[in-house]
Amino acid sequence: MSAGPMIEVRSLTKSFGAVEAVAGISFRVDAGEIVGFLGPNGAGKTTTMRILAGIFPPTSGSVSIAGRDPVREPLACRRAVGYFPEYAPFYPDLRVAEYLRFVARLKRLPRADRRDAVARVLGSCGLEAMAHRRIGTLSKGYRQRVGLAQALLGDPPILILDEPTIGLDPGQVVEIRELIHDLRGTRTVFFSSHILSEVEAVCERVIVIARGRLVGEGTPGDLSARLGRRRRLVLRVDGPSADVAAALAAVPGVDRVDVDGGAFVLETGVDGDPVRAAGEVLQRRGWVIRELRHETADLEEIFLRLVDGGLAS
Amino acid sequence: MTVLAIAAKELALYFTSFLFYALAAVFLVLSGYFFYTNLGFFVLMGGVDLPRGLWQYQLLDVQRLLLVLVPLLTMRLFAEERKLGTLELLWTYPVRDGEIIAGKFVACLAVVTLMLAATALHPLLVARFYPVAAGPLLAGYLGLWLLAAAFIACGLSISAMTESQLVAGAATYGLLLFFWVITWNEAAVNEVTLHLLVPFSLFDRFYTFARGGVDTGNVCYLVLFTIAFLAFTFFALDSRRWRGVR
Repeated sequence: MSAGPMIEVRSLTKSFGAVEAVAGISFRVDAGEIVGFLGPNGAGKTTTMRILAGIFPPTSGSVSIAGRDPVREPLACRRAVGYFPEYAPFYPDLRVAEYLRFVARLKRLPRADRRDAVARVLGSCGLEAMAHRRIGTLSKGYRQRVGLAQALLGDPPILILDEPTIGLDPGQVVEIRELIHDLRGTRTVFFSSHILSEVEAVCERVIVIARGRLVGEGTPGDLSARLGRRRRLVLRVDGPSADVAAALAAVPGVDRVDVDGGAFVLETGVDGDPVRAAGEVLQRRGWVIRELRHETADLEEIFLRLVDGGLAS
Repeated sequence: MTVLAIAAKELALYFTSFLFYALAAVFLVLSGYFFYTNLGFFVLMGGVDLPRGLWQYQLLDVQRLLLVLVPLLTMRLFAEERKLGTLELLWTYPVRDGEIIAGKFVACLAVVTLMLAATALHPLLVARFYPVAAGPLLAGYLGLWLLAAAFIACGLSISAMTESQLVAGAATYGLLLFFWVITWNEAAVNEVTLHLLVPFSLFDRFYTFARGGVDTGNVCYLVLFTIAFLAFTFFALDSRRWRGVR
């Protein structure tokens, strides 16, 4: 596979009437990369991916798929892309193999290769046993696999996956993630998610958008560092509120203490581990710890911080 | 090739749906009933001119059945795919919108052709004991077939605009009925307006076919009507550029 950008997006905007879904984003994805596309709901992820998949053209700016412009060469670009739409739509009344044969014909695979191509994706998505079931009778996890299978069919060099793990139970999420992980090196994968940990687990690089704009880009590690992500420790302690708060505030590594209802919320840096020190202090004073848990800032908050921090370059 | 793939999928969906069998049964039973009563009338009237005495009435009755039948067959073609979200997927395959439209149109026309073909039983029955001239009858069937194509194109375009099958079906009925009644109330409009409206009445166009005549103008009109609505279907799909996928 040749090096160079498989996906290139330049100053992309897309408006629907007065609504600006994408407001000028630029990025590139190189051959063989697995890149996560992160953003809160309504950030413009799906719109961007639909443009990349050739569903509709951008309002302004340009997109290049394997060096081609999807507006001028729609069919060639669509051939190069396997797309998995959010919620994995399906025809409930078609059987899995029958559906995949239909997709193989639409992807214009030569007649002689279709049978093998369908058998291959049935195998790689673990669907052999379900080949003759109607898609509507399958569980959500299997339907999601059918969605992935149709994207993989015909071995497109680029895969665009829109929220491939949404609505799955944790076991199924891991399976789909492993499937994506197995594509490493052989395909260019661009997939969206609104779950940070998921993107961290699979991707080498992350692109973050919010409100239609690019707000961050880099390796998952980079991004965490730039975010200055903080941890929160929540404690419930038997003891006089003011004294406990004062004692906790004095523990090294604790930057701030808030009292929230009956709980003490400690803000700490990413590196420090004040749990041991805090425990010792409380024990010395004879105050009993009823509850102790870590709390990570929720994703929405991280995005907002990115947006407000003006990290977009 | 991809047109055939789309058509084959649509046919598979028709033939696995209960709606298709219910519609086929209603169509065949009612067309049989019409044939029975029309034949009775023909015999009662002394039975002289077969094309104008029997086939004309029979073909006009089948035309009304088509009006009932076609919107129920076309309503799901695009609306269902919009609702399911599978239309979005179709747009990511290397397939042109025109091919998707053609595939669906061909599939629906094939289904209606099949049903029309089944009514060939009636002339075959008559032919056993009465001489049947094939010409006028074929003209009538050509008319029915072209009319069905026009109805299907109309239904297809409306189905492409909405994700509700019910809305698609209801609006198609409305539009087709409009093209039927457009010239009914001759007293309500003046001579000039009537003159302008008559050419747009699908059903007046069909009348000549039913009487066994093929008029090039009528053939062209029905073909153009079909092409125009297929073009509307294309624009309805293309509207995703500015209105998005839903």
